[in-house]
Amino acid sequence: MHAILEKRLIAPNEYDMWVEAPKVASHARPGQFVVVRPTSKGERIPLTIADYDLKRGSIRFIFQAVGKTTHQMARFEVGDSLSDVLGPLGRPSEIKKWGTVMLVGGGVGIAALFPILRELKRVGNYTITVLGGRSSELVIMKDECRRYSDKLIITTDDGSEGIKGVVTEGMRVASEGRKIDQAWAIGPTIMMKFASLAAKEMGIPIWVSLNPIMVDGTGMCGGCRVEVGGEVRFACVDGPEFDGWAVNWDVLMRRLQQYKEEEKLSLEQYMAEVESVV
Amino acid sequence: MSPKVRQKKVPIAEQKPEERIRNFNEVCLGYTMEEAIEEGMRCLQCKNAPCVAGCPVTIDIPGFIKALREGNIDESWKILSSATNLPAVCGRVCPQETQCEGVCTLGRGKDFEPVAIGKLERFVADWKAGSGVQSAPVVHRGEPKGKVAIVGSGPAGLTAAGDLAKMGYRVKIYEALHEPGGVLMYGIPEFRLPKAIVRREIENIKLLGVEVEVDTAVGRSITVEELRGEYDAIFIGTGAGTPRFIGIPGTTLNGVYSASEFLTRVNLMHAYRFPEYDTPIKKLKNVVVVGGGNVAMDAARSALRLGAEHVTVAYRRTQAEMPARVEEYHHAVEEGIEFCWLTNPVEYVGDERGWVKAVNCIRMELGEPDESGRRRPIPVPGSEFLLEADGAIEAIGQGSNKVLLDAFPELKLNKHGYIVADPETGATSVEGVFAGGDIVTGAATVILAMGAGKNAAKAIDEYISTKRLKAASR
Repeated sequence: MHAILEKRLIAPNEYDMWVEAPKVASHARPGQFVVVRPTSKGERIPLTIADYDLKRGSIRFIFQAVGKTTHQMARFEVGDSLSDVLGPLGRPSEIKKWGTVMLVGGGVGIAALFPILRELKRVGNYTITVLGGRSSELVIMKDECRRYSDKLIITTDDGSEGIKGVVTEGMRVASEGRKIDQAWAIGPTIMMKFASLAAKEMGIPIWVSLNPIMVDGTGMCGGCRVEVGGEVRFACVDGPEFDGWAVNWDVLMRRLQQYKEEEKLSLEQYMAEVESVV
Repeated sequence: MSPKVRQKKVPIAEQKPEERIRNFNEVCLGYTMEEAIEEGMRCLQCKNAPCVAGCPVTIDIPGFIKALREGNIDESWKILSSATNLPAVCGRVCPQETQCEGVCTLGRGKDFEPVAIGKLERFVADWKAGSGVQSAPVVHRGEPKGKVAIVGSGPAGLTAAGDLAKMGYRVKIYEALHEPGGVLMYGIPEFRLPKAIVRREIENIKLLGVEVEVDTAVGRSITVEELRGEYDAIFIGTGAGTPRFIGIPGTTLNGVYSASEFLTRVNLMHAYRFPEYDTPIKKLKNVVVVGGGNVAMDAARSALRLGAEHVTVAYRRTQAEMPARVEEYHHAVEEGIEFCWLTNPVEYVGDERGWVKAVNCIRMELGEPDESGRRRPIPVPGSEFLLEADGAIEAIGQGSNKVLLDAFPELKLNKHGYIVADPETGATSVEGVFAGGDIVTGAATVILAMGAGKNAAKAIDEYISTKRLKAASR
C-alpha cells in the first residue's frame, strides 16, 4: 500500500500528491512514469513522475480529475493509500549538455516536464521554458520552473498572464536570436502536436512524452502502440518520449478516443454514487 | 485387459453451451467423489507407467490414482503435491491428451479411452481445498540453505519457488503486475481456470515460506545488480510477454487488439464486470480472432461471452495443424465459434471514424513442410475476401519482453531474443542466473514452464550447495 503523504489542489481540478513508494523513488529518473491502481477494483493508469524524494521514499505526481479514476483519486486524503504503484517505467529522458534547450509544457504536462528541466539545468544547459494554459491559474509550477530556467515564457489563451495565445507563440519568442539545440514538449496531445509542427518548421528537434491508453505498462499488452516514423512502437517500453517530428498524431488522438463512451458511463455512475452519499 | 474396465471415460458434467456462452463461470464442473473413484478404477496401475514419463513434472500418476480410488484422498493429494505445486491448475489447463493421457496404456486398447488423469488430478486438488483441512506444509527448519530471487510469478517461477522452499531456501518472487500468477491470472480466462483457484494454489506456495513482492518490475523498480548482491541465485521466469502483430496495414485502427491486451483487460482487470470494475472492454458485435492456439480459443470464447453475435477464428493452416487443445476447440465449436481455415488477414479496413469495419483476408494453401514440420501456408493469389468485423484480435504468439533483458545485457540471447539456457538445468551464460519457461522456449504451455521451473530448482540447489562446499574447503 502506498500512503498519501501530501495532497494539494494547485489549480481548478488539478492535484499535487506525494505518495510513499520507496522502490520508485530510489530508481526514478526524469521522463519516467508510474502505473497507479488506486483501488482493488480500479484501472491501472499511467502518471508521469513529477519529483522524487529519496530520503522520504516518496514520489510526486500531479494529475487532473478527468475520468472516474482521477476523480476518485482527487477524493483521497492524506493518510489514505493507493492500492498499487508500479515503476519507474519507460525510458528516462536523454539528459546531457545539449547547449540551449527549450522546454514546452501545458496543463499537468508541466509536472512531467519539471524534473527534466531541473536535470537539464543541473548538467549545464541554457534553459528556456515555455509554459501555457487557458488562463493564468491553470499554468502550474511557475515558481519551481522559474528556478531552473534561464528564461521563462508564459502564454495564456485569455491573456490573463504572459503572451496572449498558445505555446507555439511562446516557442517563436523563445527562439528569437538564439539557436535551440533540443526541445521537449509535454502536455495535452493536441498541444504536443502543434508544438512539434512548430518545432519542425523552426528546424528544432523535439521530444514529446506520449500518454496513450495503457494497461500493464511493461510491454506486455501492446495497447499503448503508437505510430512513429511509420513504425508501430509501444509507448510504455519504447517511450514514453518519441521524436515529435515523426509521431503520427492522428493515430494517437484517434486511439485515445477508444473508450470514450465507457469512460463517460463510468464517470457518471461514480458521480451519482458520490453525490448520493453526500 | 479386464473385461470389467469401462471403455470410455466417466462423463464429466459441464455447463450447457447455450448457458455458458453468456457467463464467465467455469465450463467444466468436475467429478463427484463417486465419479472420480469410478474413473480411477479404470487405471491399470501399469508397472512401467508411461504416463509418468509423459508428465513434465513426473507426478506419480498410478500412485495418486490408487490412493484416490481407495478413498484416501488426503494421501492422494500428498502424492500429487510432492511433484506439483499447482495441481488444480495442471488438472485444468495441461494438454493431457498429448502428455500423460496420450501415452496411457488403457487408451491404446481398441475402442478404449485413456484414463481421465487431468480430471482426476483436478478432483483431488479441489477436494483437498474444499475439505477445509489445511495440512501443515512441510516447512524447512533451521538455517536457510541460501537465498534465491525469482523473477516472475507465472507457472515457471511459482514451481521453482515452491520446490526451492521445500528444499530449505529463502525464496522471494518479484512480480511486475499487482497480482501474482502471470499468465494464469492475465491470460487464461475464468471459464477455463477460475482465478480463485490460482489464488488458492499461490497461497499454498506462500505457506511454504515463499515471499511474493508485487508491483516490482525487475530492471526498473529494482536493478539486476541489487538482486545479484542480495541473493545466491536468480531464476528468471518472466514469460515471453510482448505481443506480436502480423504487421499488416490498419494495425493501429481502433478495435484491433492483441490477444494479450484483450485477455488482460478481461481476466486480470475483470473488464467483463465493467462498470463494477473500472477497466472497460469494448462490446463488439462481429469479432475476428487471428490464430489457432489456446490463446486464440480463449480470446474468441471471451469475446462471445462479452456479447458478440459472431466470432470467427481465422487460421492460416487447417484444423489438423492448429496448436489449440482438442478440448478447447470442441468447446469453442459447441459454443458457436466459426472457423475459417486456410485464411490469413492482409489488411484491417477502417471506417470514417478510424474503427475497424472489416478484415481483408486471403486464402492459403499448404505447401512443403517448414521448420516446424508442418506444411507451410502459402497465399493463393487473387483470393482476397472481406470478413465484416468491428473488432479484431491477433493471437499469433509473443516475442520476448525487453524490460528485464535490456537491464541485463550480459545475458546471452538467441536469434529470436529469448534467453539461452541449458535445457536440463536452466543455467544461463551468467553464473548463478537460471531461466526457464516462455522466456527461454518462446510461448509454450503451463506444464512445460513448470517442468523448467522444477529442473531449475534442482540445479539451483546443486549450484548453491557446491559453491558452499567449495567455500568451506578453502
